Parts: sequence; C-alpha cells; structure tokens
Amino acid sequence: MVKWTELERSTVKAIWEKIDIDEVGPQIWARVLIVYPWTERYFGSFGDLFTITAILKNDKVAAHGKVVLKALDKAVNNMDNMKRTYADLSQLHFQKLEVDPDSFRLLADCITITIACKLKSALSPQSQAIWQKFLYAVVDAMSSQYR
Amino acid sequence: MVAWTDFERATIKDIFSKIDYEVVGPAAISRCLIVYPWTQRYFAGFGNLYNAAAITSNPKVAAHGKVVMQGLEKAVKNMDNIKATFTELSTLHSEKLQVDPDNFMLLGDCLAIVVAAQLGKDFTPEVHAAFQKFLAVVVSSLRRQYY
Repeated sequence: MVKWTELERSTVKAIWEKIDIDEVGPQIWARVLIVYPWTERYFGSFGDLFTITAILKNDKVAAHGKVVLKALDKAVNNMDNMKRTYADLSQLHFQKLEVDPDSFRLLADCITITIACKLKSALSPQSQAIWQKFLYAVVDAMSSQYR
Repeated sequence: MVAWTDFERATIKDIFSKIDYEVVGPAAISRCLIVYPWTQRYFAGFGNLYNAAAITSNPKVAAHGKVVMQGLEKAVKNMDNIKATFTELSTLHSEKLQVDPDNFMLLGDCLAIVVAAQLGKDFTPEVHAAFQKFLAVVVSSLRRQYY
C-alpha cells in the first residue's frame, strides 16, 4: 500500500480542487491523441480523428476526457485503497479493451502538462513531485489486473 | 535524419524565442533534482541540495540550468543535424560524467512542464507535440555515443 504524508494528501486535494473536469477533461485526451498518435488505435469508434482540428472538435473525445477525470476523482477520494478502487477498471482495460499499460503513463503525463498549463507557477516543483507520485500510484493500480 | 515540418521548425524557434533561459534553465534543473531526487547524485560538487528550498536557491544549480539551455539552443540552430551537434556532449555524458541516459528524458519532462507553465494555453497540443518530438530527438542524440 502506498504511504501518504499529510502534506501529500492535502496537496493532491488542493490541486484537484482547482481542476474543472468539464474544462480540463476534453483537453487531456486531445493532448494524448495528438502528442502520442498511436493511441488513436483505441478509439476507432470515435469517428474523425484524422487531423488535429478534428480531434480538438470531436465530441466523443471530449466526453471521454470527462469520464476519465471522474474516475480520477475516485482515486483522490480513496488514496489509501487505489488498487481495490481500480480493480474493475483495470480488468476492463486489460481483458476487454486490451490497452497497452504503457498508455496509462502517457495519459498521466498529459494530465500533468495540462495542469501545468493551467496552474503555471502554482504547480511548484514540490507539488509536481507529489502530484506525479499520486498519478503513478493510479497508473500502478490501473496496471494491477494485467497478468 | 529527422524530418521536420515547417510548423515544427517554426514552433521550436518560437518557443525558444519566448522563454527566458535564465529562468527556464534553472527551473527545469531544480525541478528535476526535486521531483527525481536520485538525479542529485550527479551534482555532488554543487553543495547544499538537502531540500527543495536549498536546491532552488543554489547558484551552481542555476548556472548549470543556463548551460543546459545554451546546449539546447545549439540544437535549435541545427535542427537538421542534432546528432552531429551533440556528439561531443554525448561522449562527455557517457564517458566522463557517467550519466544514466534514462535521466535525459526526466530533464526533458521537467523542461516540458516549465515551458507549459510559462506558455499556459499557448502550449497547445500541437505545440506540445512538436516540443516533445524535439526533446525526443535531443535525447536520442545524447544517447548516441553510449556504447
């Protein structure tokens, strides 16, 4: 189980409170699909992802961004139990969706960059370190059901 | 040889014209030392790195940040020949400094976060993708002389 200090808990919550899921959600997926284009393979049913403009306008991409951030909210509220919180989602991504678990890290990095764009210098080095520890714990939990 | 689109060339030059090397270089290095503390092992001669405050106020860290930015500027000016531009630096990091090449991308990631924080919404997904590609080429060139 990951150990969290009081400072880490409060920092993660403080960062999360500043994130508007409706605003940030769409951006993170657009970033993943544009910066790491091979991830488009998982979104065959999302329609037009052929150009950057199409990705930025795609409603399904935007909607999926919010789905992911809502799931991240569960992690913020269950920091001591992430593996169990994400067991079903991990299973889904492994068996049904067949997502390469390296992709989770790419998404985590894009979430951090999107937050950096929004919070700017408020994302201090110490906050970044704590936020990345949190995200990598999420990535770990999402990879936990992969055999 | 890496193929750069006009957009990528213009974007990289634009980013480097907008960022203040004296601010971004030191910020990226200190972030790296704080977020990935094992990297401090390479800077034993830099004095006090015991906590985040010491790192961010350490003049040797700041000076080294500027050195790194000046190195990157060479790559910006020689985008069609980054490999050759960094041959000596690669040999230096491999043979003399004995830096684990996995660390290059850690610094790259911290640089991306600092640039994202500075540019805010101007660090769009397309700009982010171009910058990530540039960083990947730089890292690859720095790894080239290992073995």
